[in-house]
Amino acid sequence: MENIIEIKNADLHYNDFKALKNINMNIPKHEITALIGPSGCGKSTLLKSINRMNDLVEGCKIEGEFLLEGKNIYQDYDVNILRKEVGMVFQKPNPFPMSVYDNVAYGPRTHGIRKKKDLDDIVEDALNKAAIWEELKDRLKKSALGLSGGQQQRLCIARALAVKPKVLLMDEPTSALDPISTLKIEELAEELKKEYTIANVTHNMKQAARISDTTAFFLLGEMIECNQTTEIFSHPRNNKTEEYITGRFG
Amino acid sequence: MRELFIKQLEELNKSLHQMGILIQDAIHNAIEALKTMDKEKAKEIIDADSIIDHKEKEIESACLHLLLQQTPVAGDLRRVSSALKMVTDMERIGDHAADISEIVLILNKIEYQDILDCLMKMAETTTKMLDKCMNAYLSEDLKLADQVADMDDIVDNLFVEVKHAIANAVVMDKENGEQVLDLLMIAKYFERIGDHAENISEWVVFSITGVHKDERVI
Amino acid sequence: MGRKRNGEKRFTFSVFLKGIVHIAAGITCLMIAFILGYILIMGIPNLKPDLFAWEYNTDNVSLTPALINTVIMTVVSLAIAIPIGIFSAIFLVEYAKRGNRFVKVIRVTTETLAGIPSIVYGLFGMLFFVTAMGWRLSILAGAFTLAIMVLPIIMRTTEEALLAVPDSFREGSFGLGAGKLRTVFIVILPSAVPGILSGIVLAMGRIVGETAALIYTAGTVANIPGSDGLFSSGRTLAVHLYVLIGEGLYTKQAYATAVVLIVIVIGMNALSGVIARRCQWKTS
Repeated sequence: MENIIEIKNADLHYNDFKALKNINMNIPKHEITALIGPSGCGKSTLLKSINRMNDLVEGCKIEGEFLLEGKNIYQDYDVNILRKEVGMVFQKPNPFPMSVYDNVAYGPRTHGIRKKKDLDDIVEDALNKAAIWEELKDRLKKSALGLSGGQQQRLCIARALAVKPKVLLMDEPTSALDPISTLKIEELAEELKKEYTIANVTHNMKQAARISDTTAFFLLGEMIECNQTTEIFSHPRNNKTEEYITGRFG
Repeated sequence: MRELFIKQLEELNKSLHQMGILIQDAIHNAIEALKTMDKEKAKEIIDADSIIDHKEKEIESACLHLLLQQTPVAGDLRRVSSALKMVTDMERIGDHAADISEIVLILNKIEYQDILDCLMKMAETTTKMLDKCMNAYLSEDLKLADQVADMDDIVDNLFVEVKHAIANAVVMDKENGEQVLDLLMIAKYFERIGDHAENISEWVVFSITGVHKDERVI
Repeated sequence: MGRKRNGEKRFTFSVFLKGIVHIAAGITCLMIAFILGYILIMGIPNLKPDLFAWEYNTDNVSLTPALINTVIMTVVSLAIAIPIGIFSAIFLVEYAKRGNRFVKVIRVTTETLAGIPSIVYGLFGMLFFVTAMGWRLSILAGAFTLAIMVLPIIMRTTEEALLAVPDSFREGSFGLGAGKLRTVFIVILPSAVPGILSGIVLAMGRIVGETAALIYTAGTVANIPGSDGLFSSGRTLAVHLYVLIGEGLYTKQAYATAVVLIVIVIGMNALSGVIARRCQWKTS
């Protein structure tokens, strides 16, 4: 099994606060990796380190190695190119206040694609992959803010896919959605892992158990356990993991 | 959430424990009825089997509710699912106790003390096995559960022993041959009870380790 | 028993408060209605065609030149103030590090600027633009003075509007590999347009209604700019009104002029409302 992302001895500080402590973790290609743990355990922080969203945070210092396909994320990549390779979907659907089409075309346009024909193809393809083309093909020119929450989130996934990333980071992508929309996103993730690699931060352990192949459990900035999802949810090695997944704390 | 869950798990344990006592009592009463040829007692045991059946349904329902409402994982999942499997064997043991009692109803008198002793030993051993199973499940004691398998060998040996005795008796006492053969049936039921007890112990092992008969189920 | 009385007490108190609130609102409404009504009643009968003659003379005291000057003054001042205001706001919100000391200094400065009486701007404009720059009393000098005066308004409102744009938009854009420039101009700024517009309208209100800062910078010539273009002196409507009242001979015409001024201000507010709603509708 090939690892698309390797994290070695990663430490992360927010000023004096140590948010990540010596993380060693791999994200296998074409799999869904779930990051679980109680609030403030560092799982989102780790996710954001992978596409350098933490660069925007004041006083954030990162040590250790983050490798994407063997190349150092913090040294060998231009940050904008990196974020093209590693897309992100956020907790709250955040479509831009523009039309559906412009939302999806935003990424490709950013990376220099201008031809109408090319953009049309990319938009259709991305919306198709996000399983929302049928719903939206007649309202491409309408404002994206008029969509339902679930549609907005799938639009955001389409928007991320439009730049053809290799990895898709999802930061609690369904926490603001109703169960049906959640299910659609989960099915979508299952489908997408054939072409992409997905890392999914979630508070929903059932979701982690349902869709992920690998699960990593974080606690207080440390990665306690990382294993195949079925292992984690049937035979957690660490007591802390068992206590968390069975709901004894957190 | 967890508090309700813990309460539900405790209720489940309590029900299992109760059912364990019910079937142990059933075995104990069955051998008593056999010893004393107490037909009334035998009838009581047969009637009491419906209580055991009812208990089984109750536990099954509790398990399914737990699965539905709490979708347990890891150790919790194993506890609930093994309980679901265990009650089937426990119910069968209850049935066998009733089966034995039904034979008691048609028996006249046992004149072979050695056979009776053997049967009593079988009853005693299987009761002990069940007791160990229950304790092992409740206290998650792997060693205790492992002992049950060894005890089943004792039951099997006793069965062979009683079979020989019965074979001899049939040859010696041709008039009561049919009655003696009924005793063989009883012995066979006890042997089956031992097997069921062993099955239960295997599910207890699974509930603790996730391994059932040396194979990872989950 | 004691509890009940307590409840009663609270009840009377809430009625009392409710009364005060209603009275306050009533007084405000009455005052506005009174001022508007008074000016309209005094002014409308005096709205004569003479007042709108193309050329000003002491007989017709036409307000048309002043009206045109007002438009020119507004356009020129805003043309100076809007780009500077919006760009500095963008710098403060999007580029400067949050919590930067320099940003704090700029913020305090703008707030101070907003609190300075307009006559002080007038004085500064006179000394700097009129005298030192040698622009004489001119619309340009007036426009620059007013631009400085409304700059804090535009800056502050733009800043607020930018800050009100959810960070999730920024994250979303950066997450797609867009740079700061693209993020700000394609995603953030359009979302902030309604807020920025409201600031611009506020600034327009200040410009249209300003007198003190203009008398010593743009002068009081009651004509449309001549061959000197922006370097010719000219009075805006408000200054025109001020002069009319000051002369004491044209009180009736002054009321009529006031009616026109009020109509313009109300019209502008309505327009901004429409634009803001349009933008909002487009974005949501």
